[in-house]
Amino acid sequence: MEFERRRDTVTVRITGELDHCSAQPIRRELDGLISDPGVKKLVMDLKDMAFMDSSGIGVILGRYRTLALRGGKVAVKNMNPQVKKVFLLSGMDQVIQIM
Amino acid sequence: MKIINEMKLEFLGVPENEGFARVAVSAFAVQLDPTLDVLADIKTAVSEAVTNAIVHGYADASGGTVTVAAALQDDGVLSLEIIDKGKGIADIDRAMQPFFTTQPEKERSGMGFSVMQTFMDKVTVESKPGKGTTVRMQKRLREG
Repeated sequence: MEFERRRDTVTVRITGELDHCSAQPIRRELDGLISDPGVKKLVMDLKDMAFMDSSGIGVILGRYRTLALRGGKVAVKNMNPQVKKVFLLSGMDQVIQIM
Repeated sequence: MKIINEMKLEFLGVPENEGFARVAVSAFAVQLDPTLDVLADIKTAVSEAVTNAIVHGYADASGGTVTVAAALQDDGVLSLEIIDKGKGIADIDRAMQPFFTTQPEKERSGMGFSVMQTFMDKVTVESKPGKGTTVRMQKRLREG
C-alpha cells in the first residue's frame, strides 16, 4: 500500500483484492495512516484494486466514521466498473466523494 | 434444459479460500464465453455467498467444509449452489434485508445478500438452524 501525506490529506493507493480475507490487514494499515488527529481527509486511489466485495464497504465506511467524528471526510477515485457497482449498490456515494 | 457440464468443489471454510472459490467458478463459467462484466458479477456473488458461509455458517471458527457446485445448461444459464453445514439462519427474510448484520462490531456491511440478488438473475436460500445453509443462484451467460 503506497501513501502520500500533504497537509491534512492522506492519499493511499490500495492494490490487489479487498474481500473478507484481506479486509483486516488493510483496515489496520488504513487506521495507522489516519491515526494522527491532524488527518482530515483520506483519499483512496483504487486504480490497482482488481476486486472488491461487500467487505470493502465495511472497510471504507469504517474509516469514514472515524474521520467524520473529527469533521473529516473520505473520497475514492479510479474505481473499476466492478468495484464501482458494489460501491454504488451500497449507497456509499451519499457520504463518500467520488473524485 | 440439459446440463452440458458440471463441477463440484469442497474446501475448508477459511477466509483464504474465498478468492480461490470465486476464481474457480469464474474459470468454469468462461466456457460459455460470457462478457467480462458478467464474469465480474459472478465472482462478486460467489465471494459473498462463500464469505457468508465462512463468517456466519462457521462463526465459531469451527472450519467446517464449504461446497460449491456449478452447472452449465444448454440454454446458456449458470447454476450455482454454495452449501455449508454450519449454524444455519433462523430468519432468512430478515437476513436478506439490506444492511442487516449480526456482526456490526466487525464492520460487516450486511450487504452480502443484496449484492448476490443484484449481480445474479435468481437467488434462493434454504436454511435450518443447526443444519446449515444452501444458497442457489442462477445467471444467464448467453442466449440459449
